[in-house]
Amino acid sequence: MIDYSIILAGFGGQGILSAGKMAAEAALIEGREVSWFPSYGPEMRGGTANCSVVISDEAIGSPVINDADVLIALNLPSFEKFKKIVKPGGIIIIDSALVKSVEAPDGIRFFPIEASTVASELGNMAYATVVLLGCLSAASGSFQKESFEQALRDVLPERRHHMIPDNIRAFEKGEAFAKSRQALL
Amino acid sequence: MSKRVLMKGNEVIAEAAIRAGCRYYFGYPITPQTEIMHYMALTMNKAGGTFVQAESEVAAINMVYGASAAGGRVLTSSSSPGISLKQEGFSYIAGAELPAVVVNIVRGGPGLGGILPAQGDYFQATKGGGHGDYRNIVIAPASIQELYEMTVEAFNLADKYRMLVMILGDGTLGQMMEPVSFREKEPIVIPEKPWALTGRKDREEHNTIQSIYINPDDLEAKNIELQDKYKVVSRDEVRYEELNTEGAEIIIVAFGTCSRICRNVIRQASGIGIKVGMIRPITLWPFPTEVIAAAAAKPETRAFLDVELNAGQMVEDVRLAVNGKKPVHFYGRMGGNLPGQQEILDRIIKIHEEGK
Repeated sequence: MIDYSIILAGFGGQGILSAGKMAAEAALIEGREVSWFPSYGPEMRGGTANCSVVISDEAIGSPVINDADVLIALNLPSFEKFKKIVKPGGIIIIDSALVKSVEAPDGIRFFPIEASTVASELGNMAYATVVLLGCLSAASGSFQKESFEQALRDVLPERRHHMIPDNIRAFEKGEAFAKSRQALL
Repeated sequence: MSKRVLMKGNEVIAEAAIRAGCRYYFGYPITPQTEIMHYMALTMNKAGGTFVQAESEVAAINMVYGASAAGGRVLTSSSSPGISLKQEGFSYIAGAELPAVVVNIVRGGPGLGGILPAQGDYFQATKGGGHGDYRNIVIAPASIQELYEMTVEAFNLADKYRMLVMILGDGTLGQMMEPVSFREKEPIVIPEKPWALTGRKDREEHNTIQSIYINPDDLEAKNIELQDKYKVVSRDEVRYEELNTEGAEIIIVAFGTCSRICRNVIRQASGIGIKVGMIRPITLWPFPTEVIAAAAAKPETRAFLDVELNAGQMVEDVRLAVNGKKPVHFYGRMGGNLPGQQEILDRIIKIHEEGK
């Protein structure tokens, strides 16, 4: 049975809320129950932003996460704030180009990937969150690449569909990293 | 039903209203419900209706009064402090017997409070808020799918009884996304409105819409008429959900967001051998008094646990229904915090141990 609670956190403007929505869309395509809940209110550009995504085979109770299975952190304050609520045996994925020289708490499966660097090599910084979603997919199995690709087709307007192949390349970079890292853990 | 799409609660409410034939929306922005307005601003004109961002909440509710008096299907929405401002209008709408739908996406109070989810407006929603002897139908959805279906139903109920129907949500339901699937065709029932102010035409007398009755006998007669109507609503429109109550030792009573969390607690409790059920009021007024009273009368029911996002409001109605037959416990969180499953489970374990 699948039951994942995932927190994505970083600065406003990094695409955190959209990335969370894409994860939920992909899982929805696989027939799961999903919920997405944003931090809302006085958020602003440069401030912190986060969202909670729950993917489950059963009806979802609270969309607000008290104990997370996965944390994806794109800045240091978010890593420090949320690392404490990741369950033992849970997963922390960080963009290690942005969150530098940190250690995960004991008993956590830690995936530090230079997502921003990979994204800039692909020519678009917006792909950083996609690299992290690829990593999430391979590390947790909460949704598959094919569903993510379908979700892109469903969500993106037609005139943006030419960006799908690069999105998938970014996703695969994250997937490959997670698989190689998984082998070491 | 359409395939399941991921949508935000606030947007689903607005979409549901338009599908239900609502063609007038008057509002004023406030977190956490402003997306209802955004959605209406984008879609209402395309649907051939009228969208107005009013200069204040007070103006918005009086625009609702006017459009409803003219026979329209009307919506306004706000969040706690804004709803307080609209209360005077609710009382006038009740007095004039006008159909209207109002959405309250509740945030923490009192005062400006915070912007996060709460259920602290239960008293205000179910016991008045405005002046005089009046009632509003209050519906508490617990999922995005229910926000959709119950908003459509709210318009039908409002027209059927010429009453104000409130959808009482909270910041969680307004802000979260969840899958929803839409019906191809909505079950819309709009009765004839011969009372509406549509011009005298060939009527012998012109219609009037009013809530003023200076003669005490006239006002008393009007009040009796209203109370008779409320009796019919109390008899015919109570809605609730019962979950695992058969043979349950502890019965949770919770509505809206809290009921979602409690649903999972029931499963956890069953895993450790405690039989817990839930009665979830869907209409907060009329309140499902009888089903709670019946559960209290069962010998196997040992206690009730009422869970709310407030200091204990609905629990008073639960206690009235239980009428001293069994202990009624309360667990609540405030300020915008949601209880975790474990907190509620711990409380259940404590009640279970005490009862041994």
